[in-house]
Amino acid sequence: MEYETVVGLEVHAELNTKTKIYCNCRNAFGLEVNTQICPICTGMPGTLPTLNEKVVEYAVKMGHATNCTINNICKQDRKNYFYPDLPKAYQISQSDIPLCEHGYVDIMLNGEEKRIGITRIHIEEDAGKMLHNDSFQGSLVDFNRCGVPLIEIVSEPDMRGSEEAKAYLDTLKSILQYLDISDCKMEQGSIRCDVNVSVRPKGSSEFGKRVEMKNVNSFSGAMRAIDYEANRQIEALERGEEINQETRRWDDQKGQNFLLRSKEDAQDYRYFPEPDLSTIYVPLEKVERLKAEIPELPNAKIKRYVRELGLSQTDAQLIAENLPRCRLFDECVKTGGCSPKNISNWILADVSKYMNETGKDISETPLTAGLLCEIITLIEQNKISNSSGKVIFEEIMAGNTDINKIIGEKGLTQISDNSAIEKIVNDVLAANQKSVDDYRGGKTNALGYLVGQCMKASKGQANPAMCKELVLKYLNG
Amino acid sequence: MELYEKSAHELSEMLSKKECSSEEITLSVLDRAEATEPKVGAYLTICREEALKKARELDNRLTKQARHPLAGIPIGIKDNISTKGLLTTCASKMLYNYVPPFDAFVMERVNGADMIVTGKLNMDEFAMGSSTENSHFKKTHNPHDLDRVPGGSSGGSAAAVAAGSAVVSLGSDTGGSIRMPASYCGVVGLKPTYGSVSRYGLVAFASSLDQIGPLARNVTDCAMLYGLICGHDGMDATSADREYPDFAKGLNSNVKGLKIGIPAEYFGEGVDESVKTSVMAAVRELEKQGAEIVEISLPSTKYALNAYYIISSAEASSNLARFDGVKYGYRAEGYESLTDMYEKTRSEGFGDEVKRRIMLGTFVLSSGFFDAYYKKAKLVALDIVREFNEAFEKCDVIATPATPSTAFRLGENMGDPTKMYAADICTVTVNIAGLPAISVPCGNIAGLPVGLQFIGRKFSEQTLLNAAFAVEKNIGEAAAVNF
Repeated sequence: MEYETVVGLEVHAELNTKTKIYCNCRNAFGLEVNTQICPICTGMPGTLPTLNEKVVEYAVKMGHATNCTINNICKQDRKNYFYPDLPKAYQISQSDIPLCEHGYVDIMLNGEEKRIGITRIHIEEDAGKMLHNDSFQGSLVDFNRCGVPLIEIVSEPDMRGSEEAKAYLDTLKSILQYLDISDCKMEQGSIRCDVNVSVRPKGSSEFGKRVEMKNVNSFSGAMRAIDYEANRQIEALERGEEINQETRRWDDQKGQNFLLRSKEDAQDYRYFPEPDLSTIYVPLEKVERLKAEIPELPNAKIKRYVRELGLSQTDAQLIAENLPRCRLFDECVKTGGCSPKNISNWILADVSKYMNETGKDISETPLTAGLLCEIITLIEQNKISNSSGKVIFEEIMAGNTDINKIIGEKGLTQISDNSAIEKIVNDVLAANQKSVDDYRGGKTNALGYLVGQCMKASKGQANPAMCKELVLKYLNG
Repeated sequence: MELYEKSAHELSEMLSKKECSSEEITLSVLDRAEATEPKVGAYLTICREEALKKARELDNRLTKQARHPLAGIPIGIKDNISTKGLLTTCASKMLYNYVPPFDAFVMERVNGADMIVTGKLNMDEFAMGSSTENSHFKKTHNPHDLDRVPGGSSGGSAAAVAAGSAVVSLGSDTGGSIRMPASYCGVVGLKPTYGSVSRYGLVAFASSLDQIGPLARNVTDCAMLYGLICGHDGMDATSADREYPDFAKGLNSNVKGLKIGIPAEYFGEGVDESVKTSVMAAVRELEKQGAEIVEISLPSTKYALNAYYIISSAEASSNLARFDGVKYGYRAEGYESLTDMYEKTRSEGFGDEVKRRIMLGTFVLSSGFFDAYYKKAKLVALDIVREFNEAFEKCDVIATPATPSTAFRLGENMGDPTKMYAADICTVTVNIAGLPAISVPCGNIAGLPVGLQFIGRKFSEQTLLNAAFAVEKNIGEAAAVNF
């Protein structure tokens, strides 16, 4: 039988507000353990939470960006459970009335658009971290992360398989980045997700029993976890077994998951309204103002790049899904003087290559939109060759940002003067009679060699297109 | 007359006239405590040296500058109010060694006014109880009759003030925990409007009901102390952002035209006839002085105790979950796993009444029962609020007994939790509705004090204090009990 995999995701994203959600401690990652804490976020007796309004604003923005209804009057609730990293023994979250609900995002996969429903987005606080140390028998706990603001984004079970799930996660990540509300650093745990997987016979309209997987810490891990779990369920069904609704723990290193708890053992969190906090109320004018602050989002950008700037769908997506790339591209287009297609090619090739190799962000380099446009314009105007452009790019990255000086010092001006090119070509042809004969004898690849010799003779300055044209004219003449 | 017997406002005047020093007052109160504590047992911690040192410093410092009217006046603090550097046990084994690293908002006010903290006062464990018998450490005795309870949960706060081992004190009131012991011990106790005193630093029992308030031997002192601790606090999201008048200055015993509502439901079954008679006698006296008596009805009162014990226990089960042995306070020995550590610590660290309420609260919040209990209790709360609103269209204050009887004997109700809970029948509705209420002594039955409770509209503390002031004028101020 052919099966279909059904996936729903619960994504937790840490918000990058300056302070924590219920106290004034710094919201920062990677600092010395238990230094970013106070009596409030460590749940000392008698302390009370006060809500950081920025958290609500950020969450409302995410709600707008994912086409949600904003519940501008809502409440916070306590989710009760015991664990040493949860100092109050309850997490302040939202249960029946989330801040945002009934939204969607459109994902793009293999050139096709698909709409994924967003059930809800709510705000909550993060817990601390357990530390295990060989030199110490027992466990230690770091409360720095306690009270770091989170939004939980819950999707509808609208994804069919791991690739759609990955596309959905990429889309959410780029939206979070565009809104600048999360650092989106997977390795620091600033985005985490719980994965819900079920399978059903293809064509069936009923859902199978769903299994929730915890401890999925990367997007690629999510894909592996989904594929593994779907297979596990299909194999079980094929053996005639039933699927149990349960929670399993994904072990990415082993590439397997393990039973964490069955439905019967499910925790009862005993949600009830948080009495220490008042009702959240966001005036409608503010809801609208936050909507107006939302920048052009990736999907809109992709469409615009294709429609108005003539980029291919793939290139448009590659540019738009990466915020630094996208910012550079938009600025270059704004600067103007050269074609968006060439800008896109440069960014996706040389610029991306540099970023990948060095791990640097564009803002950390001397490269600006103005400089990049200048290089591309010089090439488009045949003033320098493409290879000279690359030389200039490398010089800029090395800190040498005076393009005219580079051209002068390195002698990179392109020779496009007819008579000068003619002289170079004639000299090369005269010195390479054998290649001329080879070409005429049918070995057409001799042409490349001859043009190459022209470039070499001109120290790369000759206009390659003109050289080629003249060489061909001679050879065929 | 000894200094410890004097009221805060008398002492304040003496201090400003330099008729005595703060050190002398403090010494007098501490010596009184030394004499009465073996019999009364109001204190869990007495800070004799610190208090005297502070009083001396104050005497030197305040010779020239302006002083707060309460500067130099000794005050006792209920042991569930966080005091920086000073044990705050909530009368629980669970927090037997807990010293807060910060001061409660009210302590910032108390210290800011240069009051002298004499120590921390006994209470029912985590404020759960009506007799102070649930303290892990000791029993407190009613100074009027040492065989009887002082009421609870702020039993230490009321007993100390009654015995003269504190001039004034702070208590907390979740379902009557200030008013009931005030009534039993014959002192004045104010449960302020929810949101008028910051809860920051009050170890939470039931967050939506808890409120800190003053206890004193007279209405003027009560008004002074309330004026000190009320006010907006950005650290408490439920704190009301508003201005408050000078309550002590505003005191006025003229009740002409004051409409006093009498709800039949508070004078029915379960309330001692002698208590009803005593309360009504005081009300009739006010009527003679020009007050108008209006009959009102608060029919949902009969559901109030049930709703109260559901809501307060639900919140308590969550608020007390943090006492898990991980971070501070008691941790059991000899555990085998994390769960075992939790279970042993909480089984050994909490007393029976606290465990009973945690279980009750956990049950009413659990999946499948939430709607039947917690949600329904919240609906009852809405009815209670609505009925009070309707009543306050007909009257300015509501007069009721503060307690259904006078102080009962130690041990009398310990075997019967529901009987103990019934002692809160006159007071819980006020917390459910977030209203202010005051208990003021209105008479004696067989040598035991009776408290009259005035309930008012939100933020009508001045009206309540004035009504209580009028009763006090008729009856006379309470004196420190001699025994």
